[in-house]
Amino acid sequence: MATSPRATQQKFEPWTDPDAKPYVRIEKVTKKFGDFIAVDDVSLSIYKKEIFCLLGASGCGKTTLLRILAGFERPTSGRIFIDGVDMTSIPPYERPVNMMFQSYAIFPHMTVEQNVAFGLKQERLQKGEIESRVTDMLNLVKLGQFAKRKPHQLSGGQRQRVALARSLVKKPKLLLLDEPLAALDKKLREHTQFELINIQETLGVTFVVVTHDQEEAMTLSTRIGLMNHGEIVQVGTPSEIYEYPNSRFVSEFIGSVNTFEGRLVEDEPSYVRIGCDDLEAPIYVDHGVSSAPGATVWAAIRPEKITISREKPDATDNWASAVVQDIAYMGDMSIYLLRLDSGKVVRVTQPNIYRHAEDRITWEERVYLQWYPESPVVVTK
Amino acid sequence: MKSVLRRLGLDGRSVVTAVPYLWLLLFFLIPFVIVLKISFSTSQIAMPPYEPLLHWAGDKVLQIKLNLGNFAFLVEDNLYWKAYLNSIWVASVSTFFCLLLGYPIAYAIARSNPSARNILMLLIVLPFWTSFLLRVYAWIGILKNNGLLNNFLIWIGAIDQPIQMLQTDFAVYIGIVYSYLPFMILPLYANLEKMDLTLLEAAADLGCRPWQGFMKITLPLSLPGVRAGCLLVFIPAVGEFVIPSLLGDPGMLMIGKVLWTEFFNNRDWPVASAVAIVLLLFLVVPMMYFQRAQDAEAGGVHR
Amino acid sequence: MNQGRNLFRTLVLILGFAFLYIPIVSLIVYSFNSSRLVTVWGGFSTKWYGALLQNDQILNAAFLSLKIAAISATLAVVLGTLAGLVLARFGPFKGRTLLSGLTTAPLVMPEVITGLSLLLLFVTMEQVIGWPAGRGMTTIVISHITLTMAFVTVVVQSRLSQMDDSLEEAAMDLGARPHKVFFLITLPIIAPALMSGWLLAFTLSLDDLVITSFVAGPGSSTLPMVIFSKVRLGVSPDINALATILVAIVAVGVAITGIMMARQQKQRERDAQMALAANQAMIESVKKG
Ligand SMILES: Nc1ncnc2c1ncn2[C@@H]1O[C@H](COP(=O)(O)OP(=O)(O)OP(=O)(O)O)[C@@H](O)[C@H]1O
Ligand SMILES: [Mg+2]
Repeated sequence: MATSPRATQQKFEPWTDPDAKPYVRIEKVTKKFGDFIAVDDVSLSIYKKEIFCLLGASGCGKTTLLRILAGFERPTSGRIFIDGVDMTSIPPYERPVNMMFQSYAIFPHMTVEQNVAFGLKQERLQKGEIESRVTDMLNLVKLGQFAKRKPHQLSGGQRQRVALARSLVKKPKLLLLDEPLAALDKKLREHTQFELINIQETLGVTFVVVTHDQEEAMTLSTRIGLMNHGEIVQVGTPSEIYEYPNSRFVSEFIGSVNTFEGRLVEDEPSYVRIGCDDLEAPIYVDHGVSSAPGATVWAAIRPEKITISREKPDATDNWASAVVQDIAYMGDMSIYLLRLDSGKVVRVTQPNIYRHAEDRITWEERVYLQWYPESPVVVTK
Repeated sequence: MKSVLRRLGLDGRSVVTAVPYLWLLLFFLIPFVIVLKISFSTSQIAMPPYEPLLHWAGDKVLQIKLNLGNFAFLVEDNLYWKAYLNSIWVASVSTFFCLLLGYPIAYAIARSNPSARNILMLLIVLPFWTSFLLRVYAWIGILKNNGLLNNFLIWIGAIDQPIQMLQTDFAVYIGIVYSYLPFMILPLYANLEKMDLTLLEAAADLGCRPWQGFMKITLPLSLPGVRAGCLLVFIPAVGEFVIPSLLGDPGMLMIGKVLWTEFFNNRDWPVASAVAIVLLLFLVVPMMYFQRAQDAEAGGVHR
Repeated sequence: MNQGRNLFRTLVLILGFAFLYIPIVSLIVYSFNSSRLVTVWGGFSTKWYGALLQNDQILNAAFLSLKIAAISATLAVVLGTLAGLVLARFGPFKGRTLLSGLTTAPLVMPEVITGLSLLLLFVTMEQVIGWPAGRGMTTIVISHITLTMAFVTVVVQSRLSQMDDSLEEAAMDLGARPHKVFFLITLPIIAPALMSGWLLAFTLSLDDLVITSFVAGPGSSTLPMVIFSKVRLGVSPDINALATILVAIVAVGVAITGIMMARQQKQRERDAQMALAANQAMIESVKKG
């Protein structure tokens, strides 16, 4: 999984600070289209200078929530505060918020320069100031020499940057980006992700980014809000969401995961043991779980946290035996699909460290799986 | 100014809505109410030539006189219902031939190469930009006894006596098909052109022969276009006046002509109004159908 | 087999266009015929054009028709644009169905009905509020606006629904109030549609006979009314001359638009190629960097 470039920088975690005031507050917002509930009782706090990603499957209400923040949709109930001011009934043209549209929405009858200057002209700034701010912004997004071009003379990546420049030049308090990179090809997208982070840090603007690409969310965001059917199901940093999903939905949405259904057979404050019908040995987890004994729980184990060997382990917990069903060579790693005796297929990834590993595990071999007690995540819903 | 409008509860949006709305209410909807009203009145030799429907009788008692005589007249005199039936017949036949002619043309254009399509469509609508009246007039020169067509047929030896073509139903059919053909082709073309051709490839892949592909895929998918085109031709053709008066037999019964005669020659406005009301009743169903199709077309794109 | 289909297509197109154009061509050819009997060729002559230019009745009627068409097309574009905007952009509201019905009905309503109903309205209005006094240009213009705005509405509505509405939202998001959004973004983008709407309205107005006959006063005969009264009595060569002039004007107009469109098309293709090249260069630089 890609790591955030922020990881190396100093800690930026205002949400852990009880005194920090959220910059954007979404309070119990619900939006209905007729009987259909597109956004369901969402409450969120977003802090200054964050890149907050709204992530979720298609149709889960991400765009709708963004449009409510921008002012294009009125929430059916609930309120929106930006910088402490109630924005719920302020029209879009009076909000200190700008949006970058998924289609970019670049005005086709204006040049690049005129597009970027449009918002400043609406503020009736002086001509000189408009010109210098437009020039600065175009240079920032590396479009200086394209100022006089018409949109249809630009490539997809250039259009994306015109749209970005146009929404940033107004120095919004909050920038909303709806799938900002979806229309770019893979190479350009990866490149642009880092540019986007650089620009955001240079200008210190707060970003709310909508995406359905989890890798993009992982790369860009300080925190992710994961949505499902109009509800926010979990909010957390990329690593929190990846390592500590709070539900089966979250663990299965982010990355790939093997989920084992089972019951708590031993339930102590410091550890639990889970009996699974699919496994010969119980799963031992080195932390407590708040659930009634005997209740159904799910243990989720990431494919990269399972090791494969030919020898039968002599541990009492955390192992299983399986037959290799399929192997996919991916370059830096290989994916193994292993069939347990119960018929359940488990996915395991192993790095390809050696070039010509003799004696590699192959199809139809019997192997044993093992994992550490800290690897499984236990979820109760 | 702005604040005054605000105080009246009028923002920009409602003003923008109100202007075309009021115009259409005043100049399109209300006139029909008046026609309805006058169709219940009696004719008089005066200006305007009808008796008022409402009048004050004595002590502020408002009297409404409803005279059903005009409608009774339409039922009794079989000239009228013959004219209605004949108009519907003529419009149906013309619509059928328009479709028969228009479908292959629209299809041929929609399946020709993309750069040629726009030019061909331009050529289809081009005659529409020249006068309708003059185009109908051109057919007089072609169809009359010593006209182009008869001369041509005599020249090739197909006939040796001119055939009477002008002032026949045939001439009226030709005139209507000719004048309304672009209205049939336009919606058909719009429909056929946006059809996904891979559907036909998929059908062929599944074992359909080309003509089966046409019958089972293209034709059913183009039905909305067929419907729009037919309504666009049929409805106005029922009330057509110019074509039957210029090309048809003077005695040909078409309701548009009857209405015109009642109004201009007999100066019987109430009967003319009754004729219009009944004609409208005949057309209300196809018109609502058309309106629904039109709105669905626009609504399909609308978010 | 493919060839067979091509042959069929070509044949259909040839026959179709022959049907559409032979009458028009015959009009033109016989306008240069010196014989009064329109269909008997009596040698080449341009005398009917001369006769036409001396016919005051026709010239006056043509002038009146042009004036009416210009005024009513302009107003119809204004009203039709508003109606198209309301229908395409204002979402569902109470009375929307009625409005959309009122804008599509004139498209197909038999003209005798529209003409009669408008006349009765004008007569009633004159009785009740004293306006419009008598019938003439004003009543014709009002009627033509009502008829032609329906066509403009359809054109504008369909153009607007093709237009990406996030363009308007983006403008609003950048601080433009709704009326500014309309004038700065929507209007320039749909301008070509308004132009064709205007031309359509102009042509329809110039061409209308039935409605005009109902609502015209004694002194206000438009060109179609004059033509109709003449051709009712049979063919007359100066009408052929008039038709030829009209066809020539339309042909020149179409040729100009055609050339302009072709030029724009070429420019756009060149631009697209440039953008593609730029894209390529950018990907190269990303790969290197
Ligand atoms: N104007 C509207 N009227 C009715 N339903 C709507 C409207 N806008 C959105 N919806 C519905 O609300 C739901 C959420 O839509 P939304 O556009 O927010 O999804 P999304 O999460 O952005 O999806 P995607 O990733 O596909 O863009 C969808 O089911 C959609 O059909
Ligand atoms: Mg979306």
